[in-house]
Amino acid sequence: MFEKTGIASREMVMEKFPPVERINKGPVAVVECYQKIPCNPCQTACPVGAIKIGEDINNIPVRDENLCGGCGVCVARCPGLAIMIVDGSKSAETVEFRIPYEFLPLPEAGETVIGLDRAGQPICKALVRRVMNPPSFDRTPVVTLEVDRKYLYDFRNFRREA
Amino acid sequence: MKEVELLVIGSGPAGLCAAISAASSGANVLILERSFRPGGQLIKQTHMFFGSESQYASHRGVDIAGILLKKIEEYGDRIEIMLNATAVGFYEDNVVTVLKDETKYFKVKARSVICATGAYEKFLAFPNNDLPGIYGAGAVQTLMNVYGVRPGDRVLMVGAGNIGVIVSYQLMQAGIEVVAVLDAAPRIGAYLVHASKLARMGVPILTSHTVKEAIGTDCLEAAIVCEVDDRFRPIPGTEKRYDVDVMCISVGLSPLNELLAMRGVAMKYVPQLSGTVPMRTESCETNIPGIFVAGDASGIEEASSAMAEGYLAGLCAAAKLGYEPADFAQRRQEYLDQLANLRSGPVGDRIRAGMKISQL
Repeated sequence: MFEKTGIASREMVMEKFPPVERINKGPVAVVECYQKIPCNPCQTACPVGAIKIGEDINNIPVRDENLCGGCGVCVARCPGLAIMIVDGSKSAETVEFRIPYEFLPLPEAGETVIGLDRAGQPICKALVRRVMNPPSFDRTPVVTLEVDRKYLYDFRNFRREA
Repeated sequence: MKEVELLVIGSGPAGLCAAISAASSGANVLILERSFRPGGQLIKQTHMFFGSESQYASHRGVDIAGILLKKIEEYGDRIEIMLNATAVGFYEDNVVTVLKDETKYFKVKARSVICATGAYEKFLAFPNNDLPGIYGAGAVQTLMNVYGVRPGDRVLMVGAGNIGVIVSYQLMQAGIEVVAVLDAAPRIGAYLVHASKLARMGVPILTSHTVKEAIGTDCLEAAIVCEVDDRFRPIPGTEKRYDVDVMCISVGLSPLNELLAMRGVAMKYVPQLSGTVPMRTESCETNIPGIFVAGDASGIEEASSAMAEGYLAGLCAAAKLGYEPADFAQRRQEYLDQLANLRSGPVGDRIRAGMKISQL
């Protein structure tokens, strides 16, 4: 189905997530790269060598959840915008996502937005915590959002209220 | 008649890299560019490129054009770029005829030529496909990203290859609604990360669908689409209507290389490379010594491969002219390795097969 719709299945998504215990310890990257394509900026971007692709540039990146500190440098560098940071260390009820968002106008911290799943369907409310857009991100802003934990494997995007 | 050592036709990713590479070896280069601005299709590409650091991956196409043009400037005494200059003929004595500013016609005689003329867009046959509002994807990108003009308000994208999904995303960034992306193939042709970007914004991607007809009197008002079976035959009763003022056709590219055919270069139809392409050696040289090809003109691929081919062709063309750098063998191998790496995965299967057929 993924090859027909571009929408990853729950099983595919869960395979890319580290265990919840790891997410609860602090921020970590989830690399949703499912297809062998010639691309490796995530490996080059990672300052601690936590993302490995190897000799063949077509390999699917593998993220070491113990090395990855969730710094998020890779998020704005992935040409496919396929990486996000999840952090479950701040609250028992919610989880924080850092996702790339290349649309104007940007949301503002404190704003409530509509959380969307991988099919673009509204699933929840999300609270914008922070919007980062430094020159080093090269016009791919990264938005931090707080979302109810039950949407951990569903939340992937957002849109502002009309 | 103007005489030059190396003539590079086209200033897209392949042409610019070829010129940089040849000039860095010491060759004197003239680049012909038919547009008023150098950079080819790079200047329309606002998304980050794939590939590796050697091909400026993670940089946006338009910025890569800037990086390459800066390098060209460093060799300012050896590279001349002539804009608004279209190569229109290529003759046996290596004379290329050029139409400059649409008014002046003159000849350039080159000792060596690299053809980096790129590609042209394919189109789709359906009733009323000539209505205003029906564009090629390249035109939509030019309007939006070069001139800052909205092509319309509601768009149906036809073609789910990389260009189709990337342009759809760019349309949405410009605040334009994309109602759906359709493709006759049963699977999405684009890199799936690009498709997922669209999917999570709620844009449906409809595989096994085609356009049945366009509706409108003075301009496009609606599109009728339908499903197709596994042999691409329309399935009656599956018609759907989309009220749109823009239909964007993105059904693939064909290599643009008639100049080489005119010169007498051996050509071959290679479906894996999306059309008729020149036969060439591993070093991008055709069967006529001193005539090289690089980029989409030699087969449709990604810009990353076009750049690596450009560097390779420029290095080898300069060496043939007597400008062989001390590290020639090492650099040549480096570019060949880059190309092999870019083409090594499953998406490179077709390219590798095509390269085999077109190799001298």
